[in-house]
Parts: sequence; C-alpha cells; structure tokens
Amino acid sequence: MKHTISVLVENEFGVLSRISGLFSGRGFNIESLSVAPTQDPDVSRMTLVTRGDDRILEQITKQLNKLISTIKVVDFTDEEFIERELALIKVATEAESRAEALRIVDIFRAKVIDVTPKSYTIEITGAPAKVDAVLELLRPMGIKEVVRSGPVVVGRGAKRSWIA
Amino acid sequence: MEMTGSQILLESLKLEGVDTVFGYPGGAVINIYDDLFESSINHILTRHEQAAVHAADGYARCTGKVGVAIATSGPGATNTVTGIATAYMDSIPMVIITGQVPTPLIGNDAFQEADMCGITRPCTKHNFLVKDIRELAKTIKEAFYIARTGRPGPVLIDFPKDIQVASHKFSYPDKVNLRGYKPTYSGNIRQIEKAAKMILEAKKPVLYIGGGINLSAANDELLKLAEMTKIPVTTTLMAMSAFPQRHPLALGMLGMHGTFYANMSVTECDLLIAVGSRFDDRVTGRIDSFAEKAKVIHVDIDPTSIGKNVLVSLPIVGDLKDVLGKLLGSLEQKQESLKRLVAATEDWRLMIAEWKERHPMAYRQSKTVIKPQYVIEKIRELTNDDAIITTEVGQHQMWTAQFFDFSQPRTFLTSGGLGTMGFGLPAALGAQVAYPERQVIDISGDGSFQMNSQELATLVQYRLPVKIVILNNNYLGMVRQWQQMFFEKRYSQTVMELPIDFIKLAEAYGATGLQATKVEEVEETIKKALETPGPVLMNFKISREENVLPMVPAGKAINEMVLAS
Repeated sequence: MKHTISVLVENEFGVLSRISGLFSGRGFNIESLSVAPTQDPDVSRMTLVTRGDDRILEQITKQLNKLISTIKVVDFTDEEFIERELALIKVATEAESRAEALRIVDIFRAKVIDVTPKSYTIEITGAPAKVDAVLELLRPMGIKEVVRSGPVVVGRGAKRSWIA
Repeated sequence: MEMTGSQILLESLKLEGVDTVFGYPGGAVINIYDDLFESSINHILTRHEQAAVHAADGYARCTGKVGVAIATSGPGATNTVTGIATAYMDSIPMVIITGQVPTPLIGNDAFQEADMCGITRPCTKHNFLVKDIRELAKTIKEAFYIARTGRPGPVLIDFPKDIQVASHKFSYPDKVNLRGYKPTYSGNIRQIEKAAKMILEAKKPVLYIGGGINLSAANDELLKLAEMTKIPVTTTLMAMSAFPQRHPLALGMLGMHGTFYANMSVTECDLLIAVGSRFDDRVTGRIDSFAEKAKVIHVDIDPTSIGKNVLVSLPIVGDLKDVLGKLLGSLEQKQESLKRLVAATEDWRLMIAEWKERHPMAYRQSKTVIKPQYVIEKIRELTNDDAIITTEVGQHQMWTAQFFDFSQPRTFLTSGGLGTMGFGLPAALGAQVAYPERQVIDISGDGSFQMNSQELATLVQYRLPVKIVILNNNYLGMVRQWQQMFFEKRYSQTVMELPIDFIKLAEAYGATGLQATKVEEVEETIKKALETPGPVLMNFKISREENVLPMVPAGKAINEMVLAS
C-alpha cells in the first residue's frame, strides 16, 4: 500500500544521504522525495512516498525515527491530509491542437507559462491523481517533457504536524 | 582558555573519562599526535588501523566504557571501517576520530582524502564532520553521549586538519540537546504487568537472552528472574557470558550451532521471553518455524529490533535493567502465583532434562589426536573464572561458545553480528590494556590468526601478556565444514597449503611460542603458557576434519539439526 510520510529533520550536512541511504541500504522502496526548509531554518521537511505492507511500514517509520537527525515522523496515510504536487509539462502543439490544449488547461485550472510556435509549457498543481489525469489527456498531442516535484502534504485542520 | 582544535580534542577526551586511546599516526592527525606526545592520555600504537579499532572495541566490551580509536585520513580512515562495522553490529560504544584533509580541500580528491562520513554512514550510530572549530567541543560531547546511551554504538568524528590547528576558547558543554534523540529507558509498567501475567500463565516458558544483558548490566536481574520463576535460559553468542553457563537453568547457545536442548526448548515452548536479543537469522534458522507454538515477549531498548523478524505478542521498549527490575518487583508481589508457576512448569523442566540427557553438549575424546573441544575445556579448567576470552571467527569460535561455560559477565569478547576474522587478537590486546592483571586469552584458528597477526608486535612492545591459542587444522575450517557437508567435499581454497611455523613467527616478534601435537601435551602447554610472563602463542595441531555440531543447515528449522554421532 502507498504511504506518504513527512519527516522533520535537522537541516544539516549529510541529512539527505542519511535518509536516502537508509532506504537503499534496507531495500525499502521510495517513489518520490521532496525536501525543503520549514518555517524554522534549522529544520527541513522531507515528504516521501513509499510502498509496503504494515510490517515494512512499521520498520520504515521506526528506522527513520532511529536516525539521530530525525526530529519527527508522521505517516499521513491514516490521517486526513491535503496533498499537492507541482508539474511542468512541455507539450507539442500543432495549429489544430492548440485550442484543445488550452481547453484542458482551463478545465484543470492549469496555466500556460511558456509558448512557442510548436509547444506550450503548462504548469499544474494538484493531487498526483489530477496531474496524472492532465498528462493522460495531453498525451495524444505529444508530451516532450514532464517535470514533477513529487507530492508535499499537510494535515487538515488546525492541528500541526510540527515539533512537540 | 584559548586552545587549538587538537588540544580541545584531548581535553574533551579527559573530561569524558578517557585515559587510553588506540591509534596510528599519519599526516592528517599529526597535530593531535604532537599534543599526545606530552599528554597524560595513554596511547597504544597498534600495527594496523583496523586493529586499533578492534582493540578499542575489546576495551569497551570488557569495561563497558567508551572505546576510543584514532586514525589518519584516507587509507588510515578506510582501514577502520571493518572495525567500526564490527562494533556497530554488536552495539559497542565507541568514538572513532579520523583525520581529514583541510576543509578547503574537501571534495577535491586531495591526497589521502576519503569521504568518511559517506563511507561510514551505514555502519555508525551517527557520524560528524567538524567544519567549524566553534562546534568541536559540542560535537565531541554529543559523540560520546550518542555512543554510550540508548542502544550503544560507534560514532565517528571526521576531523579536518585545519580545524585541528585553528584556535578557539575551550568550554566543554555540560549537557547535550539533541531533539531527535531521546532513547526510552523506562519500560511501560502496564506492558510489564501484562508480561508478568503471561509468564505466570505459561506452561513451557523459555528466556532467550542476548548481548543487551551485558550492555545494560542487567545480569543480576536476569539471574534473579530465572531463579525466581525457574525458567530455563538460552543464550545468543553475544550473551554467553551474561548468564552463568553451569547454572542448572542454563541451556547454552541456541541457533545454528546451538545445543540440541536449547533448540528443542525454543521449538516447543509456549512462551518465549526475548530480552536484549534481536532474532538474528543465525539464531532463528527458518523464520516461519521459529518458536511457532509460542507467544513472544520482546524487551529491547531499540524499537526497530522489535517486530523486525518475528511477530511479537507483547513488545516492551526500555532499558533491560529497568524493565527486568520492574518485572521482578511485580512478580515478587505474587508469591502464590509464582509457586503455582514453578509447579506447573515442573514437567517442562523434566522434558528439557531428558533432551539434555539424550543429546548433551559433548564430543568424542581421542587418544591419538588433539580435539579442539578438549583444549577449550582444559583452558577453562586452568584459568580463573574472571579470565577474559576473545575469539576470532569460525569453528574455534563456535567450540568456545559451546564448551567454555562462561560464568562472569563481559568475559567473552567475540564478533557476533559481523563475524569478523582477525577480531580476537586486537580485542584481547585492548582487554589486557584495560585489565593488566587479568588473564586474557585469544582463542583462534590458524586462518583467522593471520588476519591480524602483526599485533604480536604491539603485545610485545607494551608487555601485554595475552595468551594466544591457535587451534590449528591447516584449514579455513568452517568453510571446509560447509564444503564437506553441502559441496561434496570440494575443498575449494580452504586448504592452507603452506604450514606456518607459528613458533618462529612468535619468536620473530619477541614473544614466546609453544606447540602441542599430542593429547598428553595439551595440559602442560597451557600451564606453561600461563606461567610464562609476556605474550605467548600456543599452536595446537588439532584433529583436522573435526566439525562443529550440532548444526542447523541453512534454510532449515532449528529443530532440524545435524547431531554429533
């Protein structure tokens, strides 16, 4: 089963390799990983998507917690959360398909951020499933390049997944 | 006071209670060595950086203190990796200090540069690269704190040369503040009460104890628990000295080379109480049939150990001394139930006694060739109870675990998790430095011994009276045994075709060499070695194709043993 895990870590030298090395060294699967500082510049948040059964997920969570640089681990799968991903999609456009591309952009509330005679570059944010859907619709026109950020998540409501 | 980085290091070591370090100098630690020249810290110069780390490890294993090793950058530092991985697998508290090229050169492929934080990330509990002299004292404080607390382990500090010569005001922090590291010491009392209830209801309970007992110094609590409940105790390789092996409740080692009765007990038990052990594959054999009739209570300070390999009915996270203490407290208040438990488990102990009688831990003595087990029994007989025994890895290690009958905590130092050949001699060196007056004996094979035999020089230089026992079969015996049993006796690269004159080798270093080739020479050789001052090497020519039995073949359940005929 797919799990989205948020890891708060000390924003210090080598911390990314500690996390990624843990996954590769123990054979855990990692589908996406995004990292950036938080409101506290000493703390970074890593949002990662992984797959595994309950036992593997228990080990992943425990092993992440065991790292000295890890401050907090939240598995969002069992909680209400909002998930967003950014994608930049470069799509080939012929004269006859440009209107169709714009319609899709409109329906999904995406944006065209760069235009050439033969291409549109489209920016879209949303849950990964929405990004998948846009890609599916644009595919017949010819997708030249896709850049996805991997999802980031935040819990619903006023409760924070922050350091206690 | 203003101090250089290397002075800050040495002052900090003293404040951490370090009086002895093991190491090897080089260009990137030359400033540290310059300050060591006049320091009160005792430095032991080994002949290889790997040996320095194993020596610090042996020192830590027998004392419980943090072992400290120093090596230079690049090859010096990479030579420490096997030692660090050995300590990591067995949860031994250590701090390893490696020199590093100056910070402006890091990443430049500079001379003798190696990315030690990258290399040791998976085999240290934590590691640090000191990039700023202002962080140095805090880093050392944290390194020692991390190494010795929680589940102990090795911590590496990579220390660039320019930081060693930079100056800063020295003030050593009183406290550490690591918000991501808060080990759980206190066991949850409700879980412990549940454990007490499960124990009191058991009909066929077994205690399965690991190296954590020694690390937590919970030996007395364990002994009390076993005696109060009359629950038999089986021991992992790491815990052979954690419970007295001649105690009537001792079942000896379990697992691949465990005793028949230990493996049968675990297979048949209805309650397995795992304490400071981690269900290693060498212990469990085929995992789905391991203790399959039992409920499992697992006590460990490291939550990742719990539920990793087997499903656990009752997890308890905490320091073993705390948890066992509370468990004893709880059981003591239930005297009636305890009496009922002892009565209800009487049949179980009888069944185990029958297994023990049917297949005791034994070997067939010979009149013509020296049996390795006999040598080990004789060493046990002729040494004190507090003698410290180290081993290398292989057949001799298993025979020692099977036949030595340890009685005192921290007297058996062996590489359990990583299985590092070449560990025993430098570990014995470290133990002898820690306890100059105690008997320290490295039991070795002829293969393993040659992996760090250069440390004979260190023993002689520092007059360390370590006695070395080589159980010499001119084979890499354990691999040969597998080849005999599972590869139709195709002894591929396991015959040590060049017999070494170990006596001459010992003498070349200035040590004493003795040899026994006949059974009747064994006792006098050991006696003579123990009476001879200084390091002594004993070469015992043993029966060449003796096997370690019982043996659970790889992939089999632990009750499917090949037994001694």
